[in-house]
Amino acid sequence: MPGFLDLQGYGTLLSDGAKLTVVVGLCSMAISIVLGLLGAWGKLARSAPANFIAGTYTTVVRGVPELVLILLVYYGAPTLVQDISAAAGADVYIDLNPFLAGVCTIGFIYGAFSTEVFRGAFLAVDKGQIEAARSVGMGRVLCFRRILLPQMWRFALPGLGNVWMVLIKATALISIIQLPELMRNSDIAARATRLPFTCYFLASLIYLAITIVSLIGQQQMEKWANKGVRKA
Amino acid sequence: MPLIPDIVIESLPRLLSGTWVTIQITALSVSIGLCLAVPVALMRVAKNRMISVPSYVFCFYFRGTPLLVQIFLIYYGSGQFVGFLETVGLWQFFKQAYFCAVLTLTLNTAAYTAEILRGAIEAVPWGEIEASRACGMSTPLMYRRIVLPKAFRLAWPAYTNEVVFLLQATSLVSIITVMDLTGVTRVISARSFAFYELFIAAALIYLALVYSILFIFRRIEHRLTGHLQAARNLPGRLA
Repeated sequence: MPGFLDLQGYGTLLSDGAKLTVVVGLCSMAISIVLGLLGAWGKLARSAPANFIAGTYTTVVRGVPELVLILLVYYGAPTLVQDISAAAGADVYIDLNPFLAGVCTIGFIYGAFSTEVFRGAFLAVDKGQIEAARSVGMGRVLCFRRILLPQMWRFALPGLGNVWMVLIKATALISIIQLPELMRNSDIAARATRLPFTCYFLASLIYLAITIVSLIGQQQMEKWANKGVRKA
Repeated sequence: MPLIPDIVIESLPRLLSGTWVTIQITALSVSIGLCLAVPVALMRVAKNRMISVPSYVFCFYFRGTPLLVQIFLIYYGSGQFVGFLETVGLWQFFKQAYFCAVLTLTLNTAAYTAEILRGAIEAVPWGEIEASRACGMSTPLMYRRIVLPKAFRLAWPAYTNEVVFLLQATSLVSIITVMDLTGVTRVISARSFAFYELFIAAALIYLALVYSILFIFRRIEHRLTGHLQAARNLPGRLA
């Protein structure tokens, strides 16, 4: 094997990292979907406080860089808790787990993007469907669960796919808080093997592979979701 | 506790100097990236595969991998080729974090912008192309007078988003020791332990920057599509 391709046994480090990257991505995506549904509900609800909270959430989160938010949560949250508890006379010390902090922050950030996706998707469901559901006597909750929620996915999938693509790339930022995902592990490998270009290039190819697999998965899911729709 | 913590007021001059670096990096990469994106987009729509495939690969690579990997690849990765870069005389550039940061961000935004422009070029109505052909325009003249101006107008809202994302992406250059807003905030907060105060201040500065960019770009959009606005507001116009 040529010298610049010899990873000196650090290849497994990269594959372990890739696995953790996918896990982190999936967990954050789950959080972002839950937050996105809540946010869309807040934006579409007929309640001023809910509108305000959801509006502020999406405006602020989409206007601040991910890295700043990650550092704010990872370093800022423990000191904030300490300061508040000190003011209250108690002595609390918390040490955030990088996995939990990373997943929650990424999920929180992309929840704002999912909010916009779900808002659009809920509005795209035919009004007649809701009217029909109400006319047969369904309550608001039942109508949401049986009519809106199942039909909304078809419109939300393309947008959610985009969110996922950006999200999986954003997980590389969690390497800053020392979580051993793909980026962090390729960093370790790069330092140990003194082959930075090789290691980072391999890492970038793994990210590219994840993107390609996601693209194919997205096509399949859209095909599945649209199977009831007649094409012109 | 006062409304604005003392530490934020004390470090405001340094935060603002970091903000200035952030603005510089953004402006540099946006302008160079746009100049690069136009030829890349034109290559992308070319019928000749020898021309369109390299541009496709460039866009796919830079859009499909995280920016952080790209930054590390160029800044640390260039270290693997010191000998070669020294003989070509480029090492003096690649050893500077600032240069690598701007280079990566430029390539990254060029790829995203080229993709936006490609979509816009393909969305130019076919009738306009036929009309310019009927007037006897050559392909370069048609692109210069008809297709590109129209494409820029169509692409502007998406391009606004790209500039906002690039501004936020510049925060990553702090990881390779460039002292932008995030970098300055990290250094001051690590010394003073005032993490949340300073990071919230930085977040607010970023918010202000983002919404000023949005404001400026909306104004430009208004001017670019001036002819459409007039028609939209015309009373009793025919549909």
